[in-house]
Amino acid sequence: MSTGRIQDPVDTGDVAPARQSIARAILANPTIVTFGALLVIVLAFSALAPGLFTQGSNFVQLAQNVAILTVVSVGTTFVIITAGVDLSIPSGIVLGEVFAVQALKLVAVGDGTTAFDVGADQTTALYVFVAVAAALLGGLIIGLINGVVVAYLRVPPLLATLGTLGAGLGVALIMQNGVNSATYALDPVGHGALIAGIPNLIIVALVVVIAGFVLLHMSVFGRHTYAIGSNPEAARRVGINVERHLLRVYLLGGVASGFAGFLSLSYFSTTSVAGHSTDNLQAITAVALGGTSLFGGVGSIIGTLIGVWIPAVLKNGFIITGVQPYWQDVAVGFVLIAAVWFDQLRRRSRDRG
Amino acid sequence: MTTIAAGVAMGGTTATPAVSVHGVSKSFGHVRALRGASFEAFPGQVTALVGDNGAGKSTLTKILAGVMPPDEGEIRVDGEPVHFTDPLDAKRHGIETVYQDLALVPDLDAAANVFLGRELRRLRFLHDHAEMRRRTAKAFVDLGVGLVQDLRVPVASFSGGQKQGVAIARSAMWASRVIIMDEPTAALGVIQTARVIELIQRIRDRGLAVIFIAHNLPQVLEVSDRIEVLRLGRRVARFERGEADVDRLIAAISGAFANEAVS
Repeated sequence: MSTGRIQDPVDTGDVAPARQSIARAILANPTIVTFGALLVIVLAFSALAPGLFTQGSNFVQLAQNVAILTVVSVGTTFVIITAGVDLSIPSGIVLGEVFAVQALKLVAVGDGTTAFDVGADQTTALYVFVAVAAALLGGLIIGLINGVVVAYLRVPPLLATLGTLGAGLGVALIMQNGVNSATYALDPVGHGALIAGIPNLIIVALVVVIAGFVLLHMSVFGRHTYAIGSNPEAARRVGINVERHLLRVYLLGGVASGFAGFLSLSYFSTTSVAGHSTDNLQAITAVALGGTSLFGGVGSIIGTLIGVWIPAVLKNGFIITGVQPYWQDVAVGFVLIAAVWFDQLRRRSRDRG
Repeated sequence: MTTIAAGVAMGGTTATPAVSVHGVSKSFGHVRALRGASFEAFPGQVTALVGDNGAGKSTLTKILAGVMPPDEGEIRVDGEPVHFTDPLDAKRHGIETVYQDLALVPDLDAAANVFLGRELRRLRFLHDHAEMRRRTAKAFVDLGVGLVQDLRVPVASFSGGQKQGVAIARSAMWASRVIIMDEPTAALGVIQTARVIELIQRIRDRGLAVIFIAHNLPQVLEVSDRIEVLRLGRRVARFERGEADVDRLIAAISGAFANEAVS
């Protein structure tokens, strides 16, 4: 029993939080870094173009522009926290659009016309519901295939979702015979404002963000998502069904894409079978900028929201200040690298024996 | 040569083992990891399971933890025969395991780890993290896991000893009968090892059966109330506290000594 009684006040293995410098605290929370970056960018453009940039309508326009990207990025946040990735977002969006259009064509209105043909003033809640349901179904199918292939067939998500990216877009093109369809039936959604002055897309995106926040940060589902991304073996040993959970996460990502397809169709009044090809990379950029680790286990919805806004504000600010907007791509590229580098530093400073 | 009584009844009583296996065999292809092994662990005792590499310790541990079923033989919990189909089955019978690699989630905090898979809920789908943190803090105080200063930081930033403390405390919170610890001190320094051993003894004093797997024989002798020795897939010796010393344990492990009738 002798060694069991040793009491040594100096346990060299213990953490000393009091000694953590401010730098370490910032490193520990990557969201602070990106939020600081966004703040600096906004302040800089506010100083450079106080009239145009800072007016309220500019921010409303910005928020509307990023609404669709916000929706898919919320879904992608979950996927990346599981240490996965979803390249199939464009096919989810486009399939969502195409499914919605095809479903509207099935709703007969009378004398040979369908809900697809009606003008914005003749739309009913039923048409909107049909379009939403069909778009969600389109995204769900992509998400289901992703989830089964990644979780149960154990194909690496990069390639699994690259496969469904191509396949989904192909199916969309087949269904559309390679051409886009225009419909004005959903214009009241994409261009309306149920709450005066705030476009619907902003409200919808906000609702998705709040729902994502609750699901990721406050629910057991979110907790298990982190656990699976951080140490799937540990999750398995406490009885979490890792495969089923991964499937659900990819379903969530697919549904978010499909819903974004509905929003895109309602905003642009047309399908865009070739129009979303970089949405996957934009979403991944936003999520990574927001401090979500590509190695899994770490991330936040608020971070993603900031990550969505940084490229958008840069582009908007460059245009307003008369700088070639292509500088946005250059700037975002380097900010992205910096964000991922911070994530690496954070991991190294944190991980101990 | 031996006059040492086999541990048929510990301390003169006839207590029922909290968990026991009887005549268990397990083969992996041509490798016969267990050949009719038996093992018993009693409530309120630390039972050490020792043996050389390949003796069948980890296979026996996995059978007790519900990770794999035996090919033959019986598992009993409180004397009643049971069948474990998966680790959750074993957990439902009050058997928890502290794995050698700890199986913690590094990016989650201590409370999230302790309650992982058994989260306290609000509105059915939300987790009640404040309450989980409160109960975790209380359990750490009760168990004397004074190792963790800040329950809010991810366990990745903990030292090895702190992580071991979290892993053992988690098992102690949920185990109602048995805790299996697979080399809990293997990666720790001297002081941290002493703390973990104290923790094991406190858990034992709560009336749980602790199964302690270790290679450090002086430590085994110090910590254990009983020692069972496996060799080539069978139990070859059992010792009560005070009956064994390092030389005798080495003899049993290497096959030079047995006090168990080999069937």
